[in-house]
Amino acid sequence: MKKFFAQLYLWTLLALLYAPIIIIGIFSFTESKVLGNWTGFSTKLYTSLFSGGTHHSLLSAIQNTLSIALIAAIASTLLGTVAAIGIFNMRGRKKQVINFLNDIPMLNPDIITGISLFLLFVSLGISQGYTTVVLAHIAFCTPYVVLNVMPRLQQMNPNIYEAALDLGATPFQALRKIIIPEIRPGMISGFILAFTLSIDDFAVTLFTKGNEGLETLSTYIYADARKGGLTPELRPLSTIIFAVVLLLLIIINVRAKRAAKRKQAM
Amino acid sequence: MAKKSETIIKIENLSKSFGDKVVLDNINLDIKRGEFVTLLGPSGCGKTTLLRMLAGFTQPDAGGIITMEGNDILSMPPHERPLNTVFQRYALFPHLNVYENIAFGLKLKKVASKDIDKRVRKALKMVSMTDYEDRDVNSLSGGQQQRVAIARAIVNQPQVLLLDEPLAALDLKMRKDMQMELKEMHEALGITFIYVTHDQEEALTLSDTIVVMSEGKIQQIGTPTDIYNEPVNSFVADFIGESNILNGTMIRDKEVEFIGHKFECVDTGFGENTAVDVVVRPEDIYIVGNVDNADFTGTVKSCTFKGVHYEMFVETDKGFEMMIQDYNAFEEGATVGMFIKPSDIHVMRKERTCNTFQGVMTSPTTVKFLDTEFECAEQGVKEGDVVTVRVAFNRVELHDYKEDGKLIGSVHFILYKGDHYHLTVKTEDGDFIYVDTNDIWDNFDIVGISIGKRDIYVSKRV
Repeated sequence: MKKFFAQLYLWTLLALLYAPIIIIGIFSFTESKVLGNWTGFSTKLYTSLFSGGTHHSLLSAIQNTLSIALIAAIASTLLGTVAAIGIFNMRGRKKQVINFLNDIPMLNPDIITGISLFLLFVSLGISQGYTTVVLAHIAFCTPYVVLNVMPRLQQMNPNIYEAALDLGATPFQALRKIIIPEIRPGMISGFILAFTLSIDDFAVTLFTKGNEGLETLSTYIYADARKGGLTPELRPLSTIIFAVVLLLLIIINVRAKRAAKRKQAM
Repeated sequence: MAKKSETIIKIENLSKSFGDKVVLDNINLDIKRGEFVTLLGPSGCGKTTLLRMLAGFTQPDAGGIITMEGNDILSMPPHERPLNTVFQRYALFPHLNVYENIAFGLKLKKVASKDIDKRVRKALKMVSMTDYEDRDVNSLSGGQQQRVAIARAIVNQPQVLLLDEPLAALDLKMRKDMQMELKEMHEALGITFIYVTHDQEEALTLSDTIVVMSEGKIQQIGTPTDIYNEPVNSFVADFIGESNILNGTMIRDKEVEFIGHKFECVDTGFGENTAVDVVVRPEDIYIVGNVDNADFTGTVKSCTFKGVHYEMFVETDKGFEMMIQDYNAFEEGATVGMFIKPSDIHVMRKERTCNTFQGVMTSPTTVKFLDTEFECAEQGVKEGDVVTVRVAFNRVELHDYKEDGKLIGSVHFILYKGDHYHLTVKTEDGDFIYVDTNDIWDNFDIVGISIGKRDIYVSKRV
């Protein structure tokens, strides 16, 4: 009996948590303009989403979102990895301070990050647009990459870098042939995290996109909703995004599990 | 090939400090071609730092010189130095297999792949790991990983191989096997091995030359038999093997008094009535059940079987405790007689006979030394005089609670002298105070230190 209630509680909780997504998912397969009206199964919204035409601006928003996420993820992975190696080799108080400074942007509310970046760009006289959004995304993604790469460095036998030098590798060769392969799993996790964070972002993008008409998915939906009513095509779009994010999460988890297993085997 | 007696590495005036802490203090050392040299000492003695300087991972303070075959190598980065290292924790590259690990250095040197193949196989054969080429290094046991690490270093055919406690992580049986293999490998390769260890037995087994280090200084350089039979000071005597270290007095040449008896010995040149340290190895004391004509007598306090011999602690007729190893067992409580051959008594000059500090008088009855003000008796020196302060070893008091002392220190080194302990206590500022005590302390115990007013002797420096 006790077990039954425990199960009931768990499933109710999960149902409540996932209900909105499931409802959107279900209603993405019907043509009705209003959410909640079931007018029979159809995949028309999916085809019209990708057929362009009236939804050209939505497609370009998706394109912007993905290209910004890709550039930001690549750049922050490179920056974050270099930073993590640097911080890892620091000693004592300096290391503590830098680690603390790395944590702040992650704890800082997005809205504050957005406003401060906006003020920064304005005060430097940089006209806002695609570039500033990319720069802003790199700025808030990099600390997460540092956080993902750091544990890999800590797990690494500290002597292997020296061993590589000892065997005749230049510092750069040692980095490329020994250190990078060792921390690659952390870099990949960091990259995936940065990518999803960038796609997910609304507040920072809103403040840094300027008014040249640049829209990403989140700002597009926001504007769309304010114009009155959500375009029905957003339902299949949300469903697809959810599916992609779910897939990425599964990949990350499987990788983490495999890494843990490998470590155990060692 | 050049002659064996030729010096391959020359180390001159090498020092290293991290902040206030002196890790290496003016090291001078010549290493001969083809030699098996061991740097031996307790942890923190600087041996690993010295090895890392040879490899290029740590830079010495200005003024130090390391040359190899006459060329300065200190200015070279690690990857250009013509020597290879075997690391303590193997440091194999986890993402490469056995073959790729060993071939790593050769590939960087752009050796033709046919030659790489040949040399890797030869190296694997040398460490008895043939047929392991394709194995994942993470699947190997500790001993196997260490073999791969050795192969990875020797495949580059260095003139000098550095080994940083390579066997420390292995179990005892494996360690013994690997010791023999290392020794054979050294003979087969004919190159110089510089080996770091804290295990004195390993050092005695493997080395041609042992360099005993402590506190960043070289204490003694010699062959294993030299170091064992003729230790230069009580530190070396205590560190290498088991020993009875006792306070003694050299009465005249070839006659020494210790444990309340006079003995004939072979040492000369210490002067008359000079305080000395005497070392007698436990296996050099002959023990018999008959007390007639014995050099000295005693009562057996304990007797433990150690496999080959028995280890007995005997309280002598004058109340000193001595360790004796013999093939015959004597029961606890038995009265026994002991003999020591003159040639088995090793006499060493004392490094110091009392604590000596430099101080300043802050008034005629207060003196400041070790950054602390102490009261002392009026001894005819004025305020402001720079003085030499002397305190006898047995006049320094140690307290369980650090608050009870004027100074705080930690027990750094303990030497049992038969009827008392001789402690080296390190103060918070890194100064050393030497203390004779009957109380039992442990290494790293935190103690309060105080000195009685009447036990401080000051004399004006000239």
